[in-house]
Order: sequence, then structure tokens, then C-alpha cells
Amino acid sequence: MKADTSVVEVVYESDLKNVEAAEEIVHRVCTSLGFDEEEQHKIGMAVHESMINAIWHGNKNDPGKRVWLQFRIFDDRLEIRIRDQGAGFDMSRIPHPLEPENLLRVSGRGIFLIRSFMDDFQVNRIPAGGTEVTMTKRRQPHTDLTQGGLHREHEGHNTSG
Amino acid sequence: MSMKATTRQVDSITVVDLSGRITLGEGCSQLRDLIRDLLAKGHNKLLLNLAEVTYIDSSGIGELVSGFTAVSNHGGQLKLLNLTKKVHDLLQITKLLTVFDVHDDEAKAIASFDKGTAA
Repeated sequence: MKADTSVVEVVYESDLKNVEAAEEIVHRVCTSLGFDEEEQHKIGMAVHESMINAIWHGNKNDPGKRVWLQFRIFDDRLEIRIRDQGAGFDMSRIPHPLEPENLLRVSGRGIFLIRSFMDDFQVNRIPAGGTEVTMTKRRQPHTDLTQGGLHREHEGHNTSG
Repeated sequence: MSMKATTRQVDSITVVDLSGRITLGEGCSQLRDLIRDLLAKGHNKLLLNLAEVTYIDSSGIGELVSGFTAVSNHGGQLKLLNLTKKVHDLLQITKLLTVFDVHDDEAKAIASFDKGTAA
């Protein structure tokens, strides 16, 4: 993981156990930025769902494929990008989970929850292969980034699981 | 922390005390297997106590829905007890509070089940 005052990035192997590791990073970043407990939970769930989409649905649990989790910290917002090496998905083919005929469907709520919990959500196909989602949460400006250790330098990639 | 489940019988109702995380993978498969086993043994009145569930994701919600459908298909009832605020909020925004019968008092929840011969 490397970090400066504006970017934190972690690279994971495609293993579901890394979802909890990502949640821990989210917690640390969000605490540093002054998000309250409820907002932290929402951001954490959005990352949780996106990591599962990337590992499980995108990379098909292939340990040879990677997932990139990146936090971009701005004065007015936190931007989180998650990129996989999968074949992508068609958002228009995901049934809306709130339609009466879909209420008892077992799956299909992940993207809906992400949209509900974040202020913006975008999905982009990467020409070289893979999918990148970008989720944004607004924040109070001028939070002191020195609180919580975001100035610390980190090295290496967390690919060992 | 993975999910843990213990069951106890109150009259004809099987109360399942759940704790931990109900998420894609182990937590969901544990819950699925538990409900399947209970149904196979003839228990079709299930009250899931979620008081100690610390985290549930979209897959966990899907597993609750799957359990609800499976129990209904066996002529039974699956109800929820003691939702945390986070779980309550999740079921609210997914409109599943309109599907599940939710209680915060165990005795009243037990009393709300249809009286029948199946356990």
C-alpha cells in the first residue's frame, strides 16, 4: 500500500477473505476523514459490495487476477475506485430490486445498495480489459488529514491475502 | 468473525439465535444449510433472532429471502426477531419490511405464529 495526502491504493488477490481486509482500510480512511459511524458503515458496505462484485463476479475468484482499491481524497469528497480484470457486466440487465416482481429474488441488491449509500456511482469498461467502478461520497471540507495517519508512508502490495 | 447459530424449541416454534456476519461465502452457506436441515426435520415455523448479527450484506439479505421462500413452500412461516438498526435500515430500503413479519418481543413473536400441527 502506498499513501500520500490524496491517494491510498491497495492491490488484492481475488480471494473473498480480502473483502474484510478492504473494510478495515475503509474504516481507517473514513475515520481519518472525520466521517461519522453511520456514514462509515454506508461507505464500508458500498466497498464491501463492490469488492465482492470484483472478486466473485468479475474475476470469478481467480487467484491469478487482481483487484485494485484506490481512495482519492479531495477537500470536498472521497472518491473510491475499484478495478477488476473481469469481463464486465451490463447494468441495464440488472433487475430493479424494488419492483414487486423482484422483491423475492435472492440476488440483485448489491448495486442498488451502493447507489443508495453513495452520492455518485459510475461503472466504466477499461479498454485493456476489466471494469472500474467509481464511488463518491461528499465530505465536509478542510478536514485535517494529519489526524489518523494518512501522511504515513506505506510500501508494497497486499497480495498475499 | 463468521456466523454462529444455535437453535432452541419454544412450543412448536424453532428459534434460531444468529450472531456474527451473514455475508457471501461461509455465513450465507451456513444459514442456507441450517434452514434446509430444519425443514428436512419437519421444523417449518422458524423465528430468526438477529440481535447479535453484526453485519449483513446483499447476499445475506438474499439468503434471508431464500429462507423465507423455502419455508413458505413447505407450508410454514419464517419470521424475524430483534433487528439491529443497521439490519432494519437495510430491510427498509430494500422494501423487505413489507415481506417479512418482524418483531422485537420474543413472546409476542412466538404467539404470532399460526397454530398448527407441524413443528
